[in-house]
This record gives sequence, structure tokens and C-alpha cells, in this order.
Amino acid sequence: MFDYQFLIEVLVGGLLSGVMYSLVAIGFVLIYKTSGVLNFAQGAMLLFAALTFVSLVERGSSFPVAFVITLAIMVVLRVSVERAVLRPLVNQPPTTLFVATLGLSYVIEGAAQLLWGTQVHGLDIGISDVPLDIAGVFISRFDLFAAAVAGSLVALFALFFRYTRTGLSFRAVADDPFAALAVGLRLPRVWASVWTASGIVALVAGLLWGARLGVQFSLSLVVLKALPVLVLGGFDSIAGAIIGGLLIGAIEKLSEVYVGRLFGGGIEAWAAYVVALVLLLVRPSGLFGQKLVERV
Amino acid sequence: MSAAPSTAQLLPGAGAFAITVGAAVAFGAVPLLGSDYLMDAVLTPFLALALAAVGLNLLTGYAGQVSLGSAAFLAVGAYATYNLHLRLPQLPLLVDLVLAGLIAAAIGIVFGLPSLRLRGFYLAVSTLAAQFFVQWALTKFGWFSNDNPSGVIDAPVLSVAGFTFTSPAERYVFSLSVVVVATVLTQRLLRAQSGRNFIAVRDHELAAKVIGVPLLRTKLLAFGASSFLIGIAGALWAFAYLRTVEPAGFNLDRSFQILFIIIIGGLASLRGAFLGAAFIVVFPLLLSRAGAALLGGVFDSGVLEMSQRIVVGVLIIAFLIAEPRGLIALWDRLWRAVARPAAIRNT
Repeated sequence: MFDYQFLIEVLVGGLLSGVMYSLVAIGFVLIYKTSGVLNFAQGAMLLFAALTFVSLVERGSSFPVAFVITLAIMVVLRVSVERAVLRPLVNQPPTTLFVATLGLSYVIEGAAQLLWGTQVHGLDIGISDVPLDIAGVFISRFDLFAAAVAGSLVALFALFFRYTRTGLSFRAVADDPFAALAVGLRLPRVWASVWTASGIVALVAGLLWGARLGVQFSLSLVVLKALPVLVLGGFDSIAGAIIGGLLIGAIEKLSEVYVGRLFGGGIEAWAAYVVALVLLLVRPSGLFGQKLVERV
Repeated sequence: MSAAPSTAQLLPGAGAFAITVGAAVAFGAVPLLGSDYLMDAVLTPFLALALAAVGLNLLTGYAGQVSLGSAAFLAVGAYATYNLHLRLPQLPLLVDLVLAGLIAAAIGIVFGLPSLRLRGFYLAVSTLAAQFFVQWALTKFGWFSNDNPSGVIDAPVLSVAGFTFTSPAERYVFSLSVVVVATVLTQRLLRAQSGRNFIAVRDHELAAKVIGVPLLRTKLLAFGASSFLIGIAGALWAFAYLRTVEPAGFNLDRSFQILFIIIIGGLASLRGAFLGAAFIVVFPLLLSRAGAALLGGVFDSGVLEMSQRIVVGVLIIAFLIAEPRGLIALWDRLWRAVARPAAIRNT
């Protein structure tokens, strides 16, 4: 007999971890949308934020204080990256920019570990991981919490983009940089604030992932989880990142449980990519990405 | 590209002379006079990486398709050579090598199929599927590594027509010969119609289609040829350089390394691939020497590794900002400054 309860459990677990993928993916989308850079260093930033936070806490500062200090450091880091690395590279082809962020991720990963050491830090944000029993389906309490945090952050961003002046300028720049420049928006300032916003996303994502996996080098590898999400949802769509994240989370868990056993497991590493690839063959710009219009 | 032909025109025979001298040094003087360390730790990995970079440059630099899965094809080449040697011992090694390249090419074409629909980063990310899938398959299925529990393979002795290549100098000469042949063939491919098709597709796909460039064939040829070269480079990396390899050695960092080589060396330039590879191989060695000399034993290896990562990252960024066209552009500028006045004096 097919065990539906188990199926639902796997599905819910997948969706919840999918929210965390979305959170990482949104950090990419923000930057890609406004400056056309696929920022590979997002993962390194995430690691850096989480490591800084944990090290501050271990040195005796309380959670809110550590959070604020880390946030400040992230903002400084972000703005200086924008200034030192990306501004000199304006108008270079996208591949060049991508490789620059690859180099950047090397620098940040190295610096983070040089500063704070390479050992694994535990991060306990005070959520017990006793599964919650809802109508016979067990759901991880931590996953629920993480999903709630990620969900509210996403909602906050959505409101911010929709209703604030800064959000409007973000959208204007994303839509047409030249027109935005022509009506008097200051592109560098917009870029700096976008990088800051995605720095906040990196910090929150880093804390959630860090609490789940332990704060260590492999944290920077969550980018690799976010990339298929981006491909699936479209690089320039926040809605796409959210739905893509949920889809990838669910597909990954379901395929691992139901298909993976045919191959002896471990297909999590590439299942998401294959799914994203198959979908791309039907819709080459992802589910929600803007169609690329080429002019001759 | 512009400087070399003009000097050759001004000094007839200079090109042939340079090639003869270069060959004499590379095949004669270096293996005879160079130390084992130089050949084992510097030149052989340089050659393997340079060939891989030539392969990736064909795909990314000339045909404009960004790939982040190069290490997967290195792995395919290495494991295919190993298995062909193990399971079909009657075949000579060179045939194994070519067959392994063809297997890598076949897999490259499969993973290149999405390029017909996808562009830019969508394609780049989908090439990661190759990276993760190949690494997973090699670790998961023991057959590929003759049932070694961790997927490690030990290289057989390289031998061609009864002559074995065992010492560092011999393995260097073997790699050099393979790389020279492969590079010359690549150059032929790039100078023919196929090479122009690559560039047309890179520069403007729609325009290329309009003037009658067969997109399907061109893109798949680029993926196939590139994977073929990278596969052979993988075999060299595994058999001439490391001689004991595991799937984890062909991870994403390796793919990035090859991408760095072509970016630092210069896109769409075969000489750039070699310059970039030389830089990427020699630089960390110099850095660790310098680190040890300046700071003695103050730093442990972990700290050294981290600082190396930082310096490599900084250098890449600095390079992209200072000279986005790579080392080859610097080289050409230098060459023009040195060679042109000399050539003018001679006329």
C-alpha cells in the first residue's frame, strides 16, 4: 500500500527547506535584476555573515548586539565591494562580471576563515528540533520557524519594492538603467543599497542555514542549491525565486526518497539541476524570467 | 594576433626559426637539463591544464558558450582512459586516449544540447548538471574505478609502441607531444570555416543564423571538440601528472580554475590559454615559497592556504579591472613595443 502520510511528510519537509533555498536565491535576484551581475559571492557572503555572528556570540555578545554589529559589517563589506570591484567593471560583458564575483568569493571565503578560524561552530538560535505532530504528519519545528522567518522577510521585501520610494527606484533601474539615469536616479546609490539589501538577506539566510548545518566552510556551498532555483524561476524574478525554491525543495526531497533508492541514493546533488534543465528546454527563460529580446 | 603576422612579414623565416628554437628547447633542452621537480610539479600540470584551457577556450572564448562543468570532462577523460586500458588491454595507449576523448566528446554533446535553447547564465548553470552528475556517477558506481571503495584509480604505466614513459622527464615529453598535436589540430579547426562559424555564433547568434551558419551543428561541434580536448587533458592530468586520482579531485574548484585560466590568459586566444595556465600553476608555488621565506614557520599550512585563496581572488579581480582582455593583451603590447622598432630598423 502506498503510504500517503509519508508522502505528505516528505513533501512538507521539502517545501519548508525550499523556502530556505528561496531565501538564498532572492539575494541573487536582487542584484541580478538591478545590475545584471550573477553574484556568485553570495554564498561566501552568507558564510562570512554567519561566521561573524557566531564568533561575536562566542565572544560574549548577546544575540541582538551581534546581529546589529554583523549587519553593520555586512553593509560596509557590501558597499566597499560595490565600489572596489563592480564599479570599475561597469560595461564589461556578463561573463567577466561573473568571474569577478567568483574571485570575490575566493577572497571572502579566505578572509572569513582567516579571521575566525576553520573549525565548525554550532549555532543555537533557541528552537528545539522536536518534530511537531499535525494530524499525524510530523513536521520539524525548526523548519517551520525558518520558513516563517524567510517568508516574512520575503513579504517585507515585496512590500518594500511595491510601496517605498527606494523600492520604486530599484524597479526603475531594473527596468531600464538608462531611463532611470535620465530621470535623475543615482545609479551608484541604488546599486549600493541593493547590495546592502542582499547583504541583509545573506545574513538572515546565513543564520538559518548555519543553525541547520553548523557554521562552517560548506555553508558557502548553499549557492549551489540556489542556482537551480534561479534557473527554474528566472534570474530576474523574485516571485520566480520563491516558487522555484519551493518546487526545487519539494522535487529534491521527493526524488531522493522515491527515485533515489533506485540508484542507491545521493541523487540530491544533481536532481535539482536535471529538473531545472528539463524545464528550461520548454521555457528557456525559466518560469518567470523576462524573455530575452534580441535586436539586430 | 595582429603583431605576430606583421613581424613575420618583415622578417621572413623568423616564424619558422622561432618554432624550431622553441621545439628544440621544449623537447630537447628542458627534459635534459630541467630538474625532476620542475617537470613533475610545474611543467606536466601546466601542460595538462593548458590543454584543458584550450578546450574550454574553444567553447567559451570562440563559440561564446560559458561552461562551468570542465572538471566533469576532465574526469570523464581520465576514467575512460583507465577503463579502456583495464578492460581492453589489447588496444594501444594512444588509441585509448583518442577513444577516451571521443567518449568525453559524446558526453559533452549530450550536456551541450541545452545550448540550443539556453543562453548566457542559464546555460552556464545548466552545465553544472554535468559537473555534479559525473562526479556522483563516478563515486556511486564502482565499475568505473574497478570497485575501489572510494573511487580512486591508479594510473597504468604510459607506454607507446614498447617505449615506456615513467620518469618525470619522460612523462613531460609524452604530455608535451600530446598537447602540441592537439593544439595544432585545434588551430586548424579554428582557422577553417568551423572556427568562423564559432565566432559568428558568439558575436551574434541571430545574424549568424541569417547568413546561413548551421547553429545546431556549430554549437554541438563546439561542445564536442571542447570536451574532446578537455577529456584528453584529463587523461594527461591523471596519468602523466598525478597518477592516482579520485573523483573528488575533479570538483567544481577545478572547473573554476580552468575558467580562471582562460579569463586571465585571454578569451579566444590559444596562446592566452597557455599563458593563463602558466600563471595559475606557477603563481601558487611562488606564493608559498615567498610566504615561507618571508614569514618562516609562523604560519601553518591552513593559514597559508587561506591567504593563497585570498591572493588568487584579489589577483583575478585586479586582472579583470586592469586588463579584461587578459595576459595575452599585455603580451601583445609588450611584443609590439619590443619587436616593431627592431623590425623597422631591419628594413
